[in-house]
Amino acid sequence: MAIVLINGQEVEIGDDERLNGIQVAARVGVEVPHYCWHPGLSVVASCRMCLVETGKRDADSGEISMLPKLVPGCQTPARDGTVFVTDSEKVRQARAMVEEDLLIRHPVDCPICDKAGECHLQDYHFEHGRSERRADIKPFHSRRRELGDTVALFVDRCVMCTRCVRFTREVSGDAELMVVHRGAHEEIDVFPGFPLENKLSGNVVDLCPVGALGDLDFLYSQRVWFMKQHASVCAGCSTGCSIQVEENQDRIHRLKPRENPHINQWWMCDEGRYGWKYVHDNARCLAPRQKIEGVLQPLDWSDAPAALHAALTGEAGENSNSKNSPPKNSNSKKRRLAAVLSPFLTVEEAYLLATYIRQYDENAVLALGRIPQAGADESFPNGFTIRAEKCPNRRGVEMLLSALTGDVLSWESFLEQAAETPFDAVWISGGYPPADGNDAASKEEESLAPELLAGLASSTLIVQDLFASALWRQADIQLPGAAFVERSGSFVNAGNRLQSFEWAIRPPAGVMTEGQLYWRLLDRDGLYNARRVLEDVAREHIAFAAATSEIPATGVDLLLNQLV
Amino acid sequence: MRLNLLSEFEPILLANIHREHSHTLRVYEEQGGYRSLKRVLADQPREAFRDLIKGSALRGRGGAGFPCGLKWTFLPENHPGPVYFCLNADESEPGTFNNRILMEEDPHQVLEGLILSCYATKASTAYIYLRYEYPLAYKRLQSAIDELYAAGYLGDAVCGSEFSLNIYLHRGAAAYICGEETGLIESLEGRRAWPRIKPPFPAVEGAFRKPTVVNNVETAACVKQIADRGVDWFRSLGTPPDPNNPRDPGSFGPKLYCLSGHVEKPGCYEAPLGITVSELINDFGGGVWKGRKAKAAVPGGISMGLLTADELDCKLDFSGPGKYGCLGLGTAAVVVLDETVSIVDFLHNTCRFFAHESCGQCTPCREGTSWSLKMLDRIRAGQGRLLDLDLLLEIGDFIGIMPGTTICGLADGAAWPIKNAIRKFRDEFEQYIKRTNPTGYMETSPPLALELHSIH
Repeated sequence: MAIVLINGQEVEIGDDERLNGIQVAARVGVEVPHYCWHPGLSVVASCRMCLVETGKRDADSGEISMLPKLVPGCQTPARDGTVFVTDSEKVRQARAMVEEDLLIRHPVDCPICDKAGECHLQDYHFEHGRSERRADIKPFHSRRRELGDTVALFVDRCVMCTRCVRFTREVSGDAELMVVHRGAHEEIDVFPGFPLENKLSGNVVDLCPVGALGDLDFLYSQRVWFMKQHASVCAGCSTGCSIQVEENQDRIHRLKPRENPHINQWWMCDEGRYGWKYVHDNARCLAPRQKIEGVLQPLDWSDAPAALHAALTGEAGENSNSKNSPPKNSNSKKRRLAAVLSPFLTVEEAYLLATYIRQYDENAVLALGRIPQAGADESFPNGFTIRAEKCPNRRGVEMLLSALTGDVLSWESFLEQAAETPFDAVWISGGYPPADGNDAASKEEESLAPELLAGLASSTLIVQDLFASALWRQADIQLPGAAFVERSGSFVNAGNRLQSFEWAIRPPAGVMTEGQLYWRLLDRDGLYNARRVLEDVAREHIAFAAATSEIPATGVDLLLNQLV
Repeated sequence: MRLNLLSEFEPILLANIHREHSHTLRVYEEQGGYRSLKRVLADQPREAFRDLIKGSALRGRGGAGFPCGLKWTFLPENHPGPVYFCLNADESEPGTFNNRILMEEDPHQVLEGLILSCYATKASTAYIYLRYEYPLAYKRLQSAIDELYAAGYLGDAVCGSEFSLNIYLHRGAAAYICGEETGLIESLEGRRAWPRIKPPFPAVEGAFRKPTVVNNVETAACVKQIADRGVDWFRSLGTPPDPNNPRDPGSFGPKLYCLSGHVEKPGCYEAPLGITVSELINDFGGGVWKGRKAKAAVPGGISMGLLTADELDCKLDFSGPGKYGCLGLGTAAVVVLDETVSIVDFLHNTCRFFAHESCGQCTPCREGTSWSLKMLDRIRAGQGRLLDLDLLLEIGDFIGIMPGTTICGLADGAAWPIKNAIRKFRDEFEQYIKRTNPTGYMETSPPLALELHSIH
């Protein structure tokens, strides 16, 4: 066990841990300010904000000998007996000097800068900088140029930490960004004709410690201090990046990656980052409706349980208002039911829906919803992967289905089965974003072609989804569903890692989230509580045993301690 | 005694330069060239030759004065290779031209030293990183290398031995920072010449991530001379170690001194290490020009700082200038300023150079050099304040490897002229500011900036 001294305080670190001064100090809550260092990038030690004093404690005599000069904390490894001093007068003066240096040619245009409020330059200056400017004053505002379709560069706000340059070299691998000119004239730029256009480009904005790189999608849309942050999981593909949803009054303004060493490290792809627009699309289905004598009529959510009960039991609607619980006696004819569990449902919602359907027919057929695919998996130099499977919870639903039915019935097989022997009633859950990006108008996919859906024609069809589709129009009961940021529950990603999250925004008026609806249909008390459902799932199904205890922010590996 | 010695000193490194066609292999071989190489390759194991150089206490001539043999021993033992050797010919320190004379007039001396050094370090590939501004040196080195290949001194089986060596001449693109050894390596690899953080040192992980030695051109020439004349000869010249300083390995051997500025006979002169600045000016340079007095002198390239007229008895060996508050011997390029020179102008020019040449990687150097230039611009524009001098000193004390705020030594080189000039000539600065800004020299509020000095 190695012992490191931080400002006189002993910190134990593991023998195989390779930490630098910044990381060790963070262990005991000592923040060493830094710009250029980032745990996901190579060390350049050029900003010099993290200067600290270091030395060595002799193992035998306990005597401490300090180096006469300052060293960058990011470049100094912590070993047994290493001493760091981060709060001496010398260190404070060095920080003040570096802050002063960085502000000499900085426009200080914070009032019109998007980064204000989350800017390291601001924060560090407030904490470590000098109260008065000593350098010459030359008021100006930053030059701006676009680096690509996603990112704008505010040239003069840059502190030349080169994080963005290293990111494009080391993580995204396309190396579009570079440093041009020399000395105080240095600028970040792209080569003419080769804009920043890799699929991870948005990350450079998160990496930028100051306001030099602006996200063109987010730029000037919201002041950061008005937004609330919610930990969530991206539903863009089956990688399931840990993300942070930033919203103000139920309107999303941006998604940012959340550090998760098991999945996405510090990054997320542009597809996921900008792929939330459909959540606020005007074309979203906003009202439940029911087909009465072939004509769609508005259905009130308070009448929905009765209507659904009637649809599933085949009893006339007016008889069911007395009792919505499933039939206990079996004097009515046995009905054949089916539920399609969408890969956009959380594990909890899928479990509740399956439980609900099986109350009516314990042999109800359970199938996996259709899996949207686009292209092939795409991996980046550091291992980050964008999956072709454009849904967040295929693994979760599959594991639940094999636990419940011993088998996973695909959407295609389900349709074949329906064509052979029609079901009496089918519940099809959804949550699919519009097929081509954010354009809600075209959601006709090949898998929803009329000839394929023919087998469902004779069934009573309950469809729950975000956007109208061929299936939706064929439905007898239409139930608008929730988008991923409106759900609570857990997704299991392609690597069998289960991550739980809470809703970030409320669904638009008229929409009831799947979880809340199923919870009500099952006559449970109070509001939908995803954690309680997951406890049930973990208790009943061995595949989810790892989810028994509290789920950490980075998720839990469901295959942990399992014989597979 | 000194004077006798100096007048009698027979140039060694410069012995050949005045001969006709001194740069050709024929003339070089006529003077006994490549005999040592053949002898060493035939008789001396590489370890023995390495130890010979180590025993000579030859210190690198590039500026820092690091013991050459010691640097070679930092290479990892039994490394599977390849090991690279870089000859630093990016001579950009203002006032320095000794490498240029060696490369233009006696390239074979340098190349023989280089081949011997590669033999000692097991390097099978050597790169000569040549300053862009030396077209004649480029031509002569390249034709010398071609001659060597043709004569069997390079390529597979050098002189019939088992040692093989290829030398590539690489021309830089005119940047001061490429003379820093890791900046040189980065540039050689085709990247921006941003010095690397150390450790790992180049001897462990250098060019193309392989062990690499970077030596100066004059160092290679000295290696050749030691192989010719032996360690005893080499150690008979120069200054022995200071007995009071256990870390001083002494300064041995001949040195090429570049003398420029306000002297009657500027030029490159060879003398044993340890002559004084005034000896160099008076015995070699014919005294300060036009009968004037010296006001100050730069001891070894402008990055080393400044000596006042009273300090000209400073010894020009590796520890001499340090005793007078300068950074070190540097490249031993002495620039003399006569009494008519304004130190404000001198410092302004110096700061402009370093602001131009700062690579821009480390904040303190990038901003510090351009900030000090801007302040000096303002002082020279008649808007200086006394406060600026303290600020300049604060910048000077803050930037560099020594306080630990930068990756490479360029910032130390930028800081020393500032510190020396203001500390040693403060009166002149204060009078200048008071004279040119009689109403505002006491101001303390942040001043309005002038238009940016265009340094591109």
